Amino acid sequence: MNHTRPPTALIAEDEPLLAAALQAELAKLWPELRILACVGDGDSAVAQSLARKPDVLFFDIRMPGQSGIDAAAALADAWETQGADAAPFPALVFVTAYDQYAINAFEAQAIDYLLKPVQPDRLKKTVSKLQLALIQRAQAATSLIAPAWSGDTQLDATLAQLRHLLGAVSGPPSDASRANPVVPLQVIQASVGATIHMVPVEEVLCFEAADKYLRVLTAEREYLIRTPLKELQAQLDAQVFWQIHRGTVVRAQAIASVSRDEAGKTTLQLRGLKEKFGVSRLYSHLFKAM
Amino acid sequence: MRAHAICFTLGRFIQAATLNTVIALGLAVFGDKEFSTNLVYSQCIGLSIWGLLDGGHRLLMPDRAAQKHRLIWIVPLGATLGYVFGTLVANTLLNTHNSFTFWASEPRQALGFLVLSLVAGGGSTYYYMSREQLAMAREDRAHADAQTEAAQRHAAESQLKLLQTQLEPHMLFNTLANLRVLIGLDPTRAQDMLDHLVAYLRATLDASRTTRHSLQAEFDRLHDYLELMAVRMGPRLRYTLDLPPELAAQPVPPLLLQALVENSIQHGLEPQVEGGAITISACQADGLLTLEVADTGVGSQIDLNQPALRQGSFGLAQVRERLRTSYGDQGTINFIAGYAGGTRASITFPSEI
Repeated sequence: MNHTRPPTALIAEDEPLLAAALQAELAKLWPELRILACVGDGDSAVAQSLARKPDVLFFDIRMPGQSGIDAAAALADAWETQGADAAPFPALVFVTAYDQYAINAFEAQAIDYLLKPVQPDRLKKTVSKLQLALIQRAQAATSLIAPAWSGDTQLDATLAQLRHLLGAVSGPPSDASRANPVVPLQVIQASVGATIHMVPVEEVLCFEAADKYLRVLTAEREYLIRTPLKELQAQLDAQVFWQIHRGTVVRAQAIASVSRDEAGKTTLQLRGLKEKFGVSRLYSHLFKAM
Repeated sequence: MRAHAICFTLGRFIQAATLNTVIALGLAVFGDKEFSTNLVYSQCIGLSIWGLLDGGHRLLMPDRAAQKHRLIWIVPLGATLGYVFGTLVANTLLNTHNSFTFWASEPRQALGFLVLSLVAGGGSTYYYMSREQLAMAREDRAHADAQTEAAQRHAAESQLKLLQTQLEPHMLFNTLANLRVLIGLDPTRAQDMLDHLVAYLRATLDASRTTRHSLQAEFDRLHDYLELMAVRMGPRLRYTLDLPPELAAQPVPPLLLQALVENSIQHGLEPQVEGGAITISACQADGLLTLEVADTGVGSQIDLNQPALRQGSFGLAQVRERLRTSYGDQGTINFIAGYAGGTRASITFPSEI
């Protein structure tokens, strides 16, 4: 790590006045901080963060395109942790008008949050916290001699907190929030041409989002339906169907193997299907050897 | 229930006996006979009258309220018969002279006793009847009160929910955050924004107290709201308010369109990176007023015409409910998805002028 490089940040905020004000406040409280980019939507936030690898991210939660939380999850998934381009995962600060997710209720404070209107005193605290985290990170990088980035602690902690925010802990029986849908869906009605096919949910191996459609895969064939995955998932038994990616839900019992390649990507093979499915970092914790 | 009825009858018996005793006392003080004689006569006559009237009410007036007019003959008849019967009993008990000779010797006094019997019988009947009526009225009122209370609670709850959706925390705190910035940057614009916010808040809080305001006022409040949103969204929000001057005075339920405009922004324009435009218009044809909110947003994936809505449902449910209470079946709401890529909502109801 070189000490001369000034700390960098990215601001994602769709309201122009608020973005400018945050930038101005930060300039006062943390003059060394360089703002690499100010973006107004979730998709640009992910793209710009990946391209410019800032040290700190200020993400508004309600943004067009993708919410701040979804953007952070997508970023955590796509972040390179190995290879020449590897960089530590940025420190994440959510900025929100109303803390509906009760972000401050979390024990592991990987993610800081600011309430709008942002109070200068509160922002000062966030800045000191961020400065401390960056110093610690630099020290860790220099004291350990050429550590292989086997585990990015910032990334792991961020992922754990994002999982909570997304209510994404599906599969393990400990999570009761989504485990018991009121009436689990029995049959999927898929239209093929002028015919409606009744597909028993027991035969479904995988649901995968594809553009405006949802692919429904059975051992025999594939159907397309229009119901959004989120809506359908609410009617599925979370014990039976596990989410493995933002757009993929698979039948847990049909999973044959899960493997990890050199680049750190996790893929999953289902019994009865040739296709491989990517497992995102958010859900890779579901697969551990017993 | 039977024990209950017996208890009440016993209560009335004791009250009648007490009244008789009081009458006897009065007669002893003001008359020439001694108290014991007065008491026997008073009790015999009084209790006979009581028995006849009490039984008479029961037998001849099963429906008290509707057959009240029967009292006109029940009371005099019961009192007279009671007087005669009671006198006979008392004569037998005291073994005295036939007091009906009294009628010959002292007609005025005898008539006085009969009148006294009539007055006491009538008076106590009146007393009991009005007490009963009072109790019934009280019961009715308690029932009505309970209903009113339930209705009020329901109204208060939906009022609170309406307020919560209108004073949605994201909207409020984001607006305040923008205001805070503008105060430093551009005080004049900040004042403008604050004026719009004040008008918006006042209208929101007042909406529950009035049932109608003019269409002009409705459009003015939408203008306040859209101005607030325009400061926040910058160039991502464009809007047009199109109110024909001849419709400006039309009365409409306050903030009826608010929920539709909020929906357009929240579900139509906000998710769209490039933002979009909202057009609010009004027209009148065949005695019907049509108000329309059209946006160029992402459009809804679900059919908003379905009453069972999943997302953003409260605002729309509220609009439907208010249309129904104000105009019954004549108020309709209609959604056309896919209009210019967005959503077009229209409300139609009878114009009042």
